[in-house]
Amino acid sequence: MTEAFDIAVIGAGPAGLAAATAAAGAGRRVVLIDSQPTAGGQVWRHDVAHGYPAPARRSIQGAMSGHGVTWLPETQVVAAESGHLLVQDPRRGYRLPYRSLVIASGARELLLPFPGWTLPGVVGAGGLQALAKQGWALRGRRVLIAGSGPLLLAAAHTARRHGAIVLGVHEQASAATIHHFARGLWRWPGKLAQAASLRLSLAGIGYYPGSVVTAALGDDALSAVEIEGPRGHERLDCDVLAVGFGLVPDLTLARHLGCATRTDHVHAQVDVNAQQRTSRDDTFAAGESCGIGGRDCARLEGTIAGLAAAGVPIPAALLHRRDHARAFTRHLDRHFILSPRVHDLARDDTVVCRCEDVPLGAIRPHANGRSAKLATRCGMGACQGRICGAALTELGHGPSTDARPPVFPTRLSTLGEPDRLPSLPVSRGIST
Amino acid sequence: MSGDRVRLTVNGVPVDVPGRISVAAALLGLERPFRRSLSGQRRAPLCGMGVCFECRVRIDGRAQQRACQVTVRDAMRVDTDD
Amino acid sequence: MSTFDLIVIGAGIVGAACAEKATAEGLKVAIIEPGTVGGGATAAAMGHLVAMDDDPAELALSRYSLALWEAFTDLPLAEFSRCGTLWIASNDDEFSHIPAKLARLADAGIEAELVEAAYLYELEPMLARGLRGGLRVPREGVVYPPAIARHLVDRAVERGATFHAQHASHLQPGGVTLQNGSVLHGPVLVATGCALPQLLPSLPIRARKGHLVITERYAPMVRHQLLELGYADSAHGADTASVAFNVQPRPTGQILIGSSREYDANDADVSMDMVRRMLQRSFCFLPGLRDLDALRIWTGFRPVSVDGLPYLGRVPGMADTWVAAGHEGLGVTTSLGSASLLIDQLLSRATAIDATPYDPARVLS
Repeated sequence: MTEAFDIAVIGAGPAGLAAATAAAGAGRRVVLIDSQPTAGGQVWRHDVAHGYPAPARRSIQGAMSGHGVTWLPETQVVAAESGHLLVQDPRRGYRLPYRSLVIASGARELLLPFPGWTLPGVVGAGGLQALAKQGWALRGRRVLIAGSGPLLLAAAHTARRHGAIVLGVHEQASAATIHHFARGLWRWPGKLAQAASLRLSLAGIGYYPGSVVTAALGDDALSAVEIEGPRGHERLDCDVLAVGFGLVPDLTLARHLGCATRTDHVHAQVDVNAQQRTSRDDTFAAGESCGIGGRDCARLEGTIAGLAAAGVPIPAALLHRRDHARAFTRHLDRHFILSPRVHDLARDDTVVCRCEDVPLGAIRPHANGRSAKLATRCGMGACQGRICGAALTELGHGPSTDARPPVFPTRLSTLGEPDRLPSLPVSRGIST
Repeated sequence: MSGDRVRLTVNGVPVDVPGRISVAAALLGLERPFRRSLSGQRRAPLCGMGVCFECRVRIDGRAQQRACQVTVRDAMRVDTDD
Repeated sequence: MSTFDLIVIGAGIVGAACAEKATAEGLKVAIIEPGTVGGGATAAAMGHLVAMDDDPAELALSRYSLALWEAFTDLPLAEFSRCGTLWIASNDDEFSHIPAKLARLADAGIEAELVEAAYLYELEPMLARGLRGGLRVPREGVVYPPAIARHLVDRAVERGATFHAQHASHLQPGGVTLQNGSVLHGPVLVATGCALPQLLPSLPIRARKGHLVITERYAPMVRHQLLELGYADSAHGADTASVAFNVQPRPTGQILIGSSREYDANDADVSMDMVRRMLQRSFCFLPGLRDLDALRIWTGFRPVSVDGLPYLGRVPGMADTWVAAGHEGLGVTTSLGSASLLIDQLLSRATAIDATPYDPARVLS
């Protein structure tokens, strides 16, 4: 079976699932690839204790049940050459031919350095959700949630659902900003419902705007945090600190493919036209990689990208709904701008590059990212600069735009001796 | 959660954990350390989604595996830096 | 204010070494570098300090430089590691050439030993079975080149050199004009590697592209810098594209895997095809590499002169214009020797080795 797929969709979150469904519905042979063992992406990540939320289950079944979608879990795209992707799964590496590509690589959490952030027990807010859904036993653990953005509420919800004692949610944005953000949500009824249901389930959990965790304390693991907020300076004992400063588009694959990006504020996103087409004729992008817009926007963009990749005309109403959903990006960006307080948390001795243990003070003297990288190894470690790169961009140390393969650390056998395209089953179904 | 349990060997010690969870979740539940950084600091999972590489451990003899990306299997050998 | 004893254009490892050496001699120096110090071929290099013996002049310059590198073995940022070089013979034919190579190295005063098959596997147990033997050069080592270039520039600046983050637009009698229009006066040394023809079009340079792959950190798999004896054929051959087994244990526990050589490759993009060829070659010698993870792949361009020897010395027909460029794959090894040779000539002193083979006049006559 060496026949090319018509369309390869990278990422099986809301955008990728919608794209695969739309393209397969138009009669195209689709391959849907995700590095995780289960479909859903991050926002619909399968929960070993609670399964999938209903919309996720519907969306996944919609993509997998029809004909024409080949589902490849635990599969990482590691490089791209003309007309095919180099991919690897836990067993093998091989070349996967395609005609068109839909990038639905989603977002990563923005994790910023502050004193103590490397201690075991400090996780991302999205990180807490992901680990809880993977089966982290949180029952009885004292969890404090901090950072910025709507994701903090979702993290609190997940933590509580898994039995954690949630000590509070500390949002760096001011109370006035949060109220203004919430008042503007009527324009996106779906968001309103999400926010309301989260607030409901959070009843009894303190929500503290204008509040920043300034340090994580502990010897070999987290034991307490220091907080500065409207109530002044306080210290709270806790077992887990879940801290995230919002989401940033995951551009690694798009950059590797040579797709143009653009930067509206601080972090770049894939530049697409109204049909979700990138600067490369055969490549489309949808969802968070085109800017943080949430799952409703991702699904609409996914459908558009899937149809466009299949060469099917796109209903005007669909484009209009996408434009409306996309406006949420600007609403979000306007309200969760990070305050200088957050940017100034890291000290000279705070590690910024966690892979190579490079402190901020070693990076400061360098005129640009490349010079800092060559002199300090900042960003040269296993995460390939994914964590420190976004952090340094946020802190104003220049963007990181490295686009060389491999997209992820890759077995040398995959790079040197890729297998022939294996026989790939269609629609292997899902586990829920 | 699945009622099945699987038996791992963590740093030579057999432990039973729920099936279908990730190796990262298993080690977090056991309150086991993950890795030491270059300068010797203890590190544990940060992102939970395969991006940060802080949860790297040795799995069945293969070094530098991201524990959050691997589901536990019966008879799996996991070795950490401590 | 803008008059100097020497204006060094280019702060790769060669230019940086020249600037450092000149300031050590008390000269008033300007360094012109628009990009990152050590950010070109220097950053892309493996950092292997090795004597190449295929050409007497190449061997003389390598040997002279290797002795100068001994001053850097205790400098932490140099990350010097005396891993030694192990040249590997795959078959009887390659093995039969080792005694002659040994003799050439011995003549140059470089310690080396013939390695029979049994000893080869004692030294490097992970090597593939069936190899014939090798040649071990125990005192060679590896360094981290971009940090050294930075260090050399810093030392020069501490001694009063001025640093100009500017493009050099063009040379003019008695100096150089920078992109911002300012003019620096004094003797000029062009050390711009592959970019040499932009300022000195009479000295031909070809860019020879190379790829390198670096792994994640692991427990040591190899101890020596390992090269196949066929490496020199690849290095000196005229093939448009060739690969050779060349693997280096970094002090970090990472393994650096080379090498490829390509003429006429115009872009710096990673060619997955070359990577594939290069890795397949490396698996022939070190099958255990297959299971390791690659972290990064990058490319670089080696500046190649007409005859493979660097251009070191005064540029004929141009007043007070000097050149140090065209070191191909030996720029790191021979940077320190090149700098000494050049500054001695600039100061009209006797050189430690015969400088004639590197005289740029050879290609202009």
